[in-house]
Amino acid sequence: MSFLTLLAIALGVITLGYIVRIFELSSELKGEQQNWVIRDKDNKTQGTLFLLFLIGFFLFVAWQLVAYKDRLLPVAASEEGVEIDWLMNFNFIIIFIVFVIVNFLLFYFAFKYRFDSNRKALYYPVNHRLEILWTVIPGIAMAIIIVLGLKLWSSLQRDPVENGEEHIKIELVAEQFRWSARYAGDDNELGNFNYRLIAGANNLGVDSTDANSWDDFTLANEIYIPKGKRVYFSLRSKDIIHSAYFPHFRMQMNCVPGLHTMLHFMPTITTDSMRMITKNENFEYILLCNKICGASHFNMKMVVKVVEMDEFTKWYDEKKKNTIFKMDAPAAMETPKMEPVADTTKKD
Amino acid sequence: MSDHSHDHQHDHDHHGHHEETWVTKYVFSMDHKVISRQFLITAVIMGVVGMLMSTLFRLQLGWPGEKFAFVNWMLGDHWGKDGIMSPDMYLGLVTIHGTIMVFFVLTGGLSGTFSNLLIPYQVGARDMASGFLNMLSYWFFFISSVIMLVSLFVASGPASAGWTIYPPLSALPQAIPGSGLGMTLWLVSMSLFIVSALLGGLNYIITVLNLRTKGMTMSRLPLTIWAFLITAILGVLSFPVLLGGCLLLIFDRGFGTSFYLSDIYIGGQALDYQGGSPILFQHLFWFLGHPEVYIVLLPALGMASEIISVNSRKPIFGYKAMVGSMLAIGFLSFIVWGHHMFLTGMNPFLGSVFVFTTLLIAIPSAVKAFNYITTLWKGNLVFTPAMLFCIGLVSTFITGGVTGIILADSALDIPVHDTYFVVAHFHIVMGLSAILGMFAGVYHWFPKLFLRMMNKPLGYLHFWITFVSAYGVFFPMHFIGLAGVPRRYYTNTEFPMFDNLVDINELVSVFAIIGAIAQGIFLFNFFYSIFRGERATENPWNSTTLEWTNGVEHIHGNWHGALPEVHRWPYDYSKPGKEKDFVMQTVPLEPGEIDGGEHHRP
Repeated sequence: MSFLTLLAIALGVITLGYIVRIFELSSELKGEQQNWVIRDKDNKTQGTLFLLFLIGFFLFVAWQLVAYKDRLLPVAASEEGVEIDWLMNFNFIIIFIVFVIVNFLLFYFAFKYRFDSNRKALYYPVNHRLEILWTVIPGIAMAIIIVLGLKLWSSLQRDPVENGEEHIKIELVAEQFRWSARYAGDDNELGNFNYRLIAGANNLGVDSTDANSWDDFTLANEIYIPKGKRVYFSLRSKDIIHSAYFPHFRMQMNCVPGLHTMLHFMPTITTDSMRMITKNENFEYILLCNKICGASHFNMKMVVKVVEMDEFTKWYDEKKKNTIFKMDAPAAMETPKMEPVADTTKKD
Repeated sequence: MSDHSHDHQHDHDHHGHHEETWVTKYVFSMDHKVISRQFLITAVIMGVVGMLMSTLFRLQLGWPGEKFAFVNWMLGDHWGKDGIMSPDMYLGLVTIHGTIMVFFVLTGGLSGTFSNLLIPYQVGARDMASGFLNMLSYWFFFISSVIMLVSLFVASGPASAGWTIYPPLSALPQAIPGSGLGMTLWLVSMSLFIVSALLGGLNYIITVLNLRTKGMTMSRLPLTIWAFLITAILGVLSFPVLLGGCLLLIFDRGFGTSFYLSDIYIGGQALDYQGGSPILFQHLFWFLGHPEVYIVLLPALGMASEIISVNSRKPIFGYKAMVGSMLAIGFLSFIVWGHHMFLTGMNPFLGSVFVFTTLLIAIPSAVKAFNYITTLWKGNLVFTPAMLFCIGLVSTFITGGVTGIILADSALDIPVHDTYFVVAHFHIVMGLSAILGMFAGVYHWFPKLFLRMMNKPLGYLHFWITFVSAYGVFFPMHFIGLAGVPRRYYTNTEFPMFDNLVDINELVSVFAIIGAIAQGIFLFNFFYSIFRGERATENPWNSTTLEWTNGVEHIHGNWHGALPEVHRWPYDYSKPGKEKDFVMQTVPLEPGEIDGGEHHRP
């Protein structure tokens, strides 16, 4: 209800303003001619208003910086996230300085050089040295930003599988409006899939004729990942584009039907530790969908638990019994490893 | 019909001979001044629709779950049961709000109004190169606007895949109801819109290149005209690509092709589409989409250059640098589209290239911002309402521009991509700058549009409420984005991690409502002044350019008698040794006087 009160006040104030103005307008129309001409009074008022705006604007920004500081994402929970945050803060310092200086000059000049009939504007059409100066300075700043940014980007986008880095492989499959995860099992190899094989319990379309799939197991709603070990997420989508967004790990990549994408990171803070850090005993890491995907886009999520390695192993050993294809079933046992059933599997 | 307008030397009496009916004069008119007003009024109506939509979804975002009886009254039981907007309607509103604002208000409306009004006026032409194409341009725009509005009333809802309409979401009605008839109408409307943009753009380019009056060399063009020319070139080169993209999408939707679709299992069914790529659409879309940002922004910046110079009583600082930076921005805008796609699975090396090209744009943009500020320095600033809007524009251009440095840096884009940080960035740098520029243009050139003046105090009031509430809406969104809230979320209540953002969202919505109400001041002032405003004088702002030399009347052919002849650049304000603080472009150079600012030694 507080909103309605606020709205009513806002509406009231503005209606009042209107009435006053309309009265003024009609009286002006009767009397004074050329009331559109800018008078000294106008220039003084508007110049002062710019000065007031300058102060108010900076106070508003400063207030937000203080008031909202603790509402932002907590400290990055992955190795990559820490690096991204460092570079982000570095860039923020640069742009904040530019933002303050340039806005200050703009509004201060607006105030200072407001019209004065005793003064003549300076005829100052060009100064090549100045222009070169403010081409070169942003140029240098950009060069630094580009170099630092690209260095980090190439490290984030490297493929740990190709590089032979140690990792745990998990497939994330997006669909309207949920996430499923498939762990690669003890061989750490995901079995092939084909969207035409999706049926019944095999809701990810995993190919049972690929021996790599025999130890794969799937999960919904919640996944566990170990602290201190690189997690490689192989991403795909069953229907439309989604985006796997891990805000706390500062990691994101789209899930595109017909395309294989990936992301990877090294978790560094367990869920329990993060609960201590944020002083919130219900804290959970969340995977969100960050590409518009339909009516329940706003509620497409999965809980990600980061745990110590030994706890992870215990959990993993429990879960890995629930493989997609029950290996004691004779049909699966008798099936020899075969070629992938269709050429559309695992396309890049 | 329009042949006479080419003929500079022709006796003006000739123009009086056409018998004009009401229909040919005000409806199917080929006169650039009428077409310009048609564009403006259509854009104002579209702008009101787009703004009301944003107010509606800001109500939902600020107070999710709150029951607003009038929402139910407006949307009915299907879309707004019990006064709570449905998620599908929310997405529809977000989509159409974006489409209307970007294309119909800030592309069609902005270029359509001011390129049409100012190009013939400021280059000294009788009319556009082709009055007929110009008329078609408006009427295509009109039909496309009507179709876009009609799509709101379709039973399955308007297009709701976001204004970027990424397939497969936009291709499959199974995925979202808005991808049914609503999406078809969106595509039809946009295709017609593109036709309109192309007809207009070609006309603008040809007029600027071919119909400049005697003495109006390219280096004597006002910066407005440079901006419109570059904008038109960007549009003509990039809009056809979107048209191609839309056509392929129409094929995928209707004729079973697989340009954008592959390996899809939806609604319990494996679809037969094979081999297409959704990423292809994104490439085609953003090949237009990024130049589009500058199609929206450059006209506003061009008008700001002119208005700031006039009202600082000072030449624009660095004319050549301003032209050069606009050309650089225009060129670069074609090779940066991939920065919208860092996280689509595009090759990371390609991403690196786009980081490089995108951050290069910061340099000409910085030059422009610094040049505006140097123009103010030691000026003698006259605060017309238009001038206030231009100062506001420079501020938002900077504030929104600097956050682009974060988003252009692919590594930093990862955690903020598609969050409210992006919403804040593009609304401030593109949305606000362009709309403030458009308002500035309306206040400044109202005397040329309607031969009357707008009310000054109402203009001031409009500016301050708009400017303050605009920052109030969009600045806090940076923080919402840094808290990790994705855009296009119907509500944030499903995640405990976002619970502490409730009051920020309320604050944003309160400012949005105040800002929206303030536009009522503008609408009142605008329509009131059209009919009842004070009569304008010939050159109310003491400006130097040609549009202020032809009296207070709309005449066919723009000037009685011969066309004016140009002798100097357009920025001779407060030139030393001159009696008045401005010298019209038509005034011949004195013996020994140097034209232009390039060789001036203070």
